[in-house]
Formats: sequence, structure tokens, C-alpha cells
Amino acid sequence: MPVFYGKDIPSRLMLGTAQYPSPAILAEAFRQSGAGIATVSLRREAGGERAGQAFWSLIEELGVAVLPNTAGCHSAREAVTTARMARELFETNWIKLEVIGHADTLQPDPFGLLEAAAQLCAEGFEVFPYCTEDLVLCERLVEAGCKVLMPWGAPIGTGLGLNNIYGLRSLRAHFPDIPLVVDAGLGLPSQAARAMELGYDAVLLNTAVARAGDPVAMARGFARAVEAGALAAKADPMDPRDMAAPSTPVLGKAFL
Amino acid sequence: MSARFDILGGGVCGLAMAAELASRGAEVTVTDPAGPPGDHACSWWAGGMLAPDCEGVSAEPEVVRQGRRAADWWEAQGARVAREGTIVVALRRDQGELATFARRAPGAVSLDRDGLAALEPQIADQFSAALFLPDEAHLAPRETLTALRARLARAGVTFQGALGGAREGQVIDCRGLAARDRLPDLRGVKGEMLVVRSPDVTLSRPVRLLHPRFPLYIVPRGDGIFMLGATQLESGERHRATLRSVMELMNAAYALHPAFGEAELLEIGVDARPAFPDNQPRLRRIGDRIYANGLFRHGFLLAPALARMSADLLLEGKTPEVWYEDHRER
Repeated sequence: MPVFYGKDIPSRLMLGTAQYPSPAILAEAFRQSGAGIATVSLRREAGGERAGQAFWSLIEELGVAVLPNTAGCHSAREAVTTARMARELFETNWIKLEVIGHADTLQPDPFGLLEAAAQLCAEGFEVFPYCTEDLVLCERLVEAGCKVLMPWGAPIGTGLGLNNIYGLRSLRAHFPDIPLVVDAGLGLPSQAARAMELGYDAVLLNTAVARAGDPVAMARGFARAVEAGALAAKADPMDPRDMAAPSTPVLGKAFL
Repeated sequence: MSARFDILGGGVCGLAMAAELASRGAEVTVTDPAGPPGDHACSWWAGGMLAPDCEGVSAEPEVVRQGRRAADWWEAQGARVAREGTIVVALRRDQGELATFARRAPGAVSLDRDGLAALEPQIADQFSAALFLPDEAHLAPRETLTALRARLARAGVTFQGALGGAREGQVIDCRGLAARDRLPDLRGVKGEMLVVRSPDVTLSRPVRLLHPRFPLYIVPRGDGIFMLGATQLESGERHRATLRSVMELMNAAYALHPAFGEAELLEIGVDARPAFPDNQPRLRRIGDRIYANGLFRHGFLLAPALARMSADLLLEGKTPEVWYEDHRER
């Protein structure tokens, strides 16, 4: 099971808390999936500060680790301010750092992300950067003090799955000791299983569960897929064999 | 002697309650320190859509079932109910949203451009496909609340600003979010909306624009007035509309029909909807009081059902099959 900044997490599934039909369904999705971490958006889902207290209480009752995020922040400065607010509100040094570079696709701004990550790490935050699968960016984030990396599978909310398998494999190979989480873009449990098979430590998703016709059933589906993929990664899977084109004459063919 | 009721709160919940009880012969007093319906009430800012099929895409089946009777109920109260159905559209790149919606809203009829043009000619240029929910209806919340109050006053319902010293009736608390002190699991869900005047736009029925992040509905109020709604944020904050929210609503309206770009902005409204954790309403008995609350975004859709259940319970001793909780000591 993953360890993030020294904390053991009992599940490889992390769930966002936005867009569910109701808090009751959100809570049931968490219970049924066994997700170990809940991400919450300080800016977007609530007016911030105390006004969203009723909702925060519901999240706290889930009994899972809370990972506040800076969703909706479009500059490093905005993200840093939001992170500081989140630290006070949730009494945690954890922050999922999102710096959005493109308003429509919500693609991360790698430059603002690196700047904010360096600043927040220096302030004692434990940063979970939402990034692209760019190897050099990830190296710089690790140099800046990040001890977890969260590359996207595809743009937020698209459900397109793992857009760049090569890039994600490359990150795994280059950072064998850094916990890696595929964050964003997952739409189906099979995609989550694939991320696990690549050796990733966890997946983080929201829309795929929250906007499913039956979020609770979809949460269970993802939980099982994540478990299946993680087992497969641990079991040292076989490599595919190409038997379509024989390399040598088949022995005994003459007797057929 | 007829049964007596003291209803606290004169928003959509309290007035519907008063109407149902009074129509069954009860003696009803409505107490609301804020006076007649106005901007203090969450329902003042409502869309007024009686749209159980559309709501059913994200709401529980019971909401749909109970909501189906709302249009008839409001009409019986003398409200002007427009039974024109609902149109649902999505921008070209979001056609997936339309397919999902169609799957989850039984009764949705698929329209091509010509079909849409026959119903809403002004937006048929922008959209090559749409959904039509023919059984849905809408009303104008402010006009409806004001007229209902006047009608109830004529029918003998007493309206007052403060509870009298000696109460004799059964108290029914319909105060919405103000009852949070007695209902700890009640929370506010903030909504922001706009009212605009756009004489160039003609729509005959509510139009919903699906969008992965900024869904919008537009309800025509007549005379070139439109209500644009509504955001949904997990916050009990009731007064500050953010620039981000207003911009999102405006953007979506502009995408639906470019003529909204020339609209005159009349109002920016903000309030918080009272909701329980499952976003379904409750009739809850605590001590000697009844609490009717948690109508969430379904005030006009579900207040009639809640009122009917209360009257069945209190006048006929029938325990409601859903949404009823008895918290009395046993």
C-alpha cells in the first residue's frame, strides 16, 4: 500500500469529493470503495472558510485522510495563498497543488506549478503536484522538494484514460522510489487497472465516479480494478508473445 | 372544532403547507417576521421549473415520483403554470453529455435541428440536436408566491410577523435554513442566479445547456425577462455572488444564444438552499413540533408533496411512506 510523506494509506484509490448527486451518495461511494484519501477543493466546491463548514464536517466523518487541493487556481501566487488557507482549515501540511494553465482544458501550468511547489515545500508543506507526464518537469518538482508526483492520465474530466503510456512508464522507470499517482482523466476501471499494472502506487479520480449513473457501484468497480492491477504488477506479469508468425517450421507438421 | 396550525416561515414550503391544510378545512396561521414573500426567502430566487424528468438525472427516483404531481397542484392553487416542456441542448463538443442525459431521462424525445426549430426557432441555428421533455412545466416563483399568499389571506389564513403569546395550534416549522439550530444535519447549498432583460430573445420554455463544468438553465419570465441559473456550491453563504460564478453563467448564456450578449443585467441573486445529506426533503417530528425542510433545489417541485404528506399525517393520521422521521422519545 502507498506511503505518502511517511503516512501509510490503506488503499490505492483516492477519490475527489465534487459533483456527486448528494453528500449521502458521496459517503456511500467512499465506504463501498474503501478509498483512503479524499481530496477537497477549497475554492471551487465551497465559498471557502467557514461557510462550507457543514460540507467539511461531512467529509471529516468519512474517516479518511483529507488532501485539500488548489483546484481553480490559475497562478502560483493564488495557489500558494489557497494552500495556506487550506492548512489552517484542515490542519494538515498536505496539499494537492494544482496550477491551471489553460482555463478550458484545465491543463496544468508547469512553470507556475514548479514555482508554487518550491515555495510551498520551503514553507513546510507536503506537496502532491498535479503535473503532466513530462520527465523534466517531474525531475524539477522532485528537486524542489516534492516526494510524490501526480501526473495526469488525460485532461481533467475527460475520461479518456492513459493518453501517454510511454511517458507514464518512463516516469515509473526514472523515479522508482517516488510514489506516483495517476491523477485525472480516468473514466473506466480498466484504465485504473492499467495504471496499476504500470507500477503506479495509486490513482486519483472524481468525475468517473461522481457522474456515473450509479456512483456507488462505479466506486466499487474502481476499487476492484485497482486491486486487480496492483496484484498483477506485484505478480510479475508475462511478456506478450507473438505467435502469429512462426519463426521455425512447426515440428511434426508432416504427420497432419 | 377544526384543527389549528401555526406555520413558521412564509416561503414556498410554508405557503404550500398553509394552502394544503387550509384547503382541508384547518385553521392556519403563518408567522414570518420578514413579512410577505421577498428576497429574504430562498424560493424568491428559484427557477420555478417543474421538471421532474430533468431533475431525475441527478436526483433520487422518489424526487421524480413526488414531483410529477407538482404542476397539477400549483394549477389547483390558481398559479399560472406553463406546460411547455423543457428543451435540453449541449454544445457540439459536449454531445456526450446529451447522450448521457437522454439515457438517464426516460421520456426525453430526441429532436433534430428542424424539430428544435419548430419549438424554439431562435436557438436552432446553434444546435443540430436537442432533447425535449414534453411533460414538464414552469411557473414564475415571485408572482406565484405573492398570489398564493393573497389567495390564502382571502381564504381566512392569518399572516403575522411574530408568534402570539398563547399558541393553540400544532407548530409546523418551515423556516428553511433558519431552522439549522434545530436541525443539525441541515446545510446550505449556495446558488447564484441572474435576471436579465433581453427583448431580442424569444424562448417559450426553459432551456437547459449541458456542460461538463458550467451547466446553465434559462427560464423565460415573459416580457423579454429571463432568469439564468444557477450555480451549486457547498456553502451556506447567502450574500456574496462571485465574479467567477456570474461570469460562468453569462458565458453559458452567451453560448446558448449570442443575443444574450446584449441583455440588460437586472439582478444578481444569491441564496443558499436548505438541504439534508441525501438532498431529499424531510418531514421530521421532534418533540411536539413538525419540521418540513430540506427542499434543496426542488422547492416548487416538492413543497406540494411535503404539504400533502403533512396534511395526511396531521389531519388523517396517515404516516407518510417516504421522507418522514419521528424523533420523539418513545
